[in-house]
Amino acid sequence: MPEAKLSLRSVHKSFGGNHVLRGIDMDVATGEMICLIGASGSGKSTLLRCINQLEPIDDGSVWLDGQDISEPGLDLGPVRRRIGIVFQSYNLFPHMSALENVVLAPRRVLQEDGDALNARAEALFDRFGLAQHMRKYPDQLSGGQQQRVAVIRALAMRPEIMLFDEITAALDPELVGEVLNVLRQLRAEGMTMLLATHEMGFARELADRVCFMDGGVIVEEGPPGQIFSDPKVARTQAFLRTVLR
Amino acid sequence: MWKYLTTAVLSTALMSGAALAQSCSDGKTLVDGKLTIATGNPAYYPWVIDDAPESGQGYEAAVAYALADAMGFAKEDVVWTRTSFDQAIQPGAKDFDINMQQFSITADRDKVVDFSEPYYTAPMAVLVRAGDGLAPTLDAMKEMKWGVVASTTALPVVMNTIVPSSSPLVYDDNANVVEAMKAGQVDAALFDLPTALYLSAVVLEGGQVLGQFAPDATADPDHFGMLMTEGNPLKTCVDAALATLKENGVLAGIEAKWLQEATGVPLIK
Amino acid sequence: MNRRQAYETAQRRRSLTVAGISTAAVLAAIILLVPLTPGWPQVRASFFDGGVFAQTFPTLLRAFLIDVMIFAWSVPLILTLGLAIALARGARAPALFPLRIFGAVYVDVFRGVPVVLTIYLIGFGVPGLGLPRPWNSPYIWGTVALVLTYSAYIAEVLRSGIESIHASQRNAAICLGLSERDTMRYVILPQAVRRVVPANMNMLVALQKDVALLSFIGPVEILRQAGIYKSLLANFTPYVVAAVIFLIVTVPATRYADHLLNRDRDARS
Repeated sequence: MPEAKLSLRSVHKSFGGNHVLRGIDMDVATGEMICLIGASGSGKSTLLRCINQLEPIDDGSVWLDGQDISEPGLDLGPVRRRIGIVFQSYNLFPHMSALENVVLAPRRVLQEDGDALNARAEALFDRFGLAQHMRKYPDQLSGGQQQRVAVIRALAMRPEIMLFDEITAALDPELVGEVLNVLRQLRAEGMTMLLATHEMGFARELADRVCFMDGGVIVEEGPPGQIFSDPKVARTQAFLRTVLR
Repeated sequence: MWKYLTTAVLSTALMSGAALAQSCSDGKTLVDGKLTIATGNPAYYPWVIDDAPESGQGYEAAVAYALADAMGFAKEDVVWTRTSFDQAIQPGAKDFDINMQQFSITADRDKVVDFSEPYYTAPMAVLVRAGDGLAPTLDAMKEMKWGVVASTTALPVVMNTIVPSSSPLVYDDNANVVEAMKAGQVDAALFDLPTALYLSAVVLEGGQVLGQFAPDATADPDHFGMLMTEGNPLKTCVDAALATLKENGVLAGIEAKWLQEATGVPLIK
Repeated sequence: MNRRQAYETAQRRRSLTVAGISTAAVLAAIILLVPLTPGWPQVRASFFDGGVFAQTFPTLLRAFLIDVMIFAWSVPLILTLGLAIALARGARAPALFPLRIFGAVYVDVFRGVPVVLTIYLIGFGVPGLGLPRPWNSPYIWGTVALVLTYSAYIAEVLRSGIESIHASQRNAAICLGLSERDTMRYVILPQAVRRVVPANMNMLVALQKDVALLSFIGPVEILRQAGIYKSLLANFTPYVVAAVIFLIVTVPATRYADHLLNRDRDARS
């Protein structure tokens, strides 16, 4: 039984004949921040979705605090509420205000009641500088604001781990900064995080560890200083040459 | 050959004493030399037996051939067609000379179509399920749930003569009224007597004609007339022929033969 | 006013003028030309008789209240059953497979059979099994027939709405730990329902008209009352009256629905 907060053991995943993950092993310690880098289609997004069991894995296992959460038939509700995820396309519920988006799951899943919950949600909005927008509907918010609401929505469930799936990829460049600031804030607060990202500068600045994925496997991993400055594997070198140029 | 046939037909007509009528209808029918008569689709007993008016069996089929004969048409010159009630009273051209399907003559209808003199005066009769223990009295009838056919004059009779305590249900045709009786949704239905007899005998299993209204007890007894387009010049010929059939007793004979069941149903008091 | 605004104002004025002139021309053509047709006097007498209009309007309006009543109690039942069927059809769990089959068969059957047939079969058939009064009322079973048919349509509309909600919405809800049930209730359905409001409004307008079909099994609602008048008066004007009454209700209803939709859209952008 793995000791880490989150562990993956030779995880495989195929979609039809497309073998997307070909044996992933990974350990994430509490408070650690890991950045997954790699070209589109290298399996980063699928890996994140396999961690919170949004996609069932074909082979291998996923462990959370020593519990095998990839076991078939397991009730996934309690597992998923411990793992927050934020998607590239925000996926806010368009018929609810920002505040309603945030309080829905705590109210229905954690059975938290009105006033205390609202106060907690408002505090979250305040913390990420969105207090004046929390009554607005998603289509009244900018992309960056929507993505920050999506982060708050995930945080409202008090997750133990946060997964971020290319959350700045759909944003206009001038809006990327405000979302990355949210991540910096979380990092400072000690959140355990796993990011799929194209923001190399950001990964270099904040990550404890960087994993380079290609063809469904982790080709190389290490501290950002080593990966970015002194990659050992040819495929990593080739990839970094194209993105850092 | 053609000439010979025409002469033969003419002489037959002359012999039957209808030479006057023959000249009367000349050129006034849809198809020269033919008399096109419409009936219902389907046509029911006892008006037309087995939905086959060509057989001359049934009251209206028999009247049709007697009328044609009196007007100077041979049996084979009678052409049958079918129409619905609505088709018959719509404005515009018609594909029949005369239409016989128990049309009640009313003043309002007479504004848009022509009717012949009556060929039958039908009393109203009450159809019920046998065994319901209903009495043929007006008082008892006030408490019944009534069903009637929309296009007949039965509805005003129910509303004005019987005056039931709950409003009647109204249907498109006899079959639907009978279905509602089977389903127990109505207790009694008002038809003209021949229809009621037919339905009780053939259509409604366990049906019974509870009683009949005297034709004069009904404020406005139903006279059946043959329907023609408004202003049809044929009307005078049809009326003349009908008068002949009434005078010589032919019409009464047909009625006795096909509608003789009119006995044995008590009068409603 | 700058040059562009002036130009646009002129353009708008010009198109309004063109629309006004062409509408007036078409109306004038209808008003002037139709009376010149040879059949117009008969058509006007049959369909647009002012006296008949005034005579029948009050009773027809009262009869229309029956339509409104049936409509009013049918709608909540239809929406409830339609939602239940839509959810049954969308059931994912393997154990609920029979429910999915049932939903599919239900929708196929009741969308495939004309409303009139369903009304006849259920309106006469079920009470024919021997239900006692008042449980055999044509109002009850006619309503059941309408509910069965329309809930099948509504179910399909709702299901298309549910399926039009992108999978990412469901994923987002599931990832927050929401149960399938809560995901449907709080995330998918509110969006789906909103999206299909126009289609459902059209359904309800159609229902308002189809309520009149209940007249086939007895109730004297507006269509039947108009038919009774048509028979009594041999005049089609009562149908025109009925059409006018329907329009008075359905046109504002559809306009109001459009207005609600627009307001909803405006409020959120």
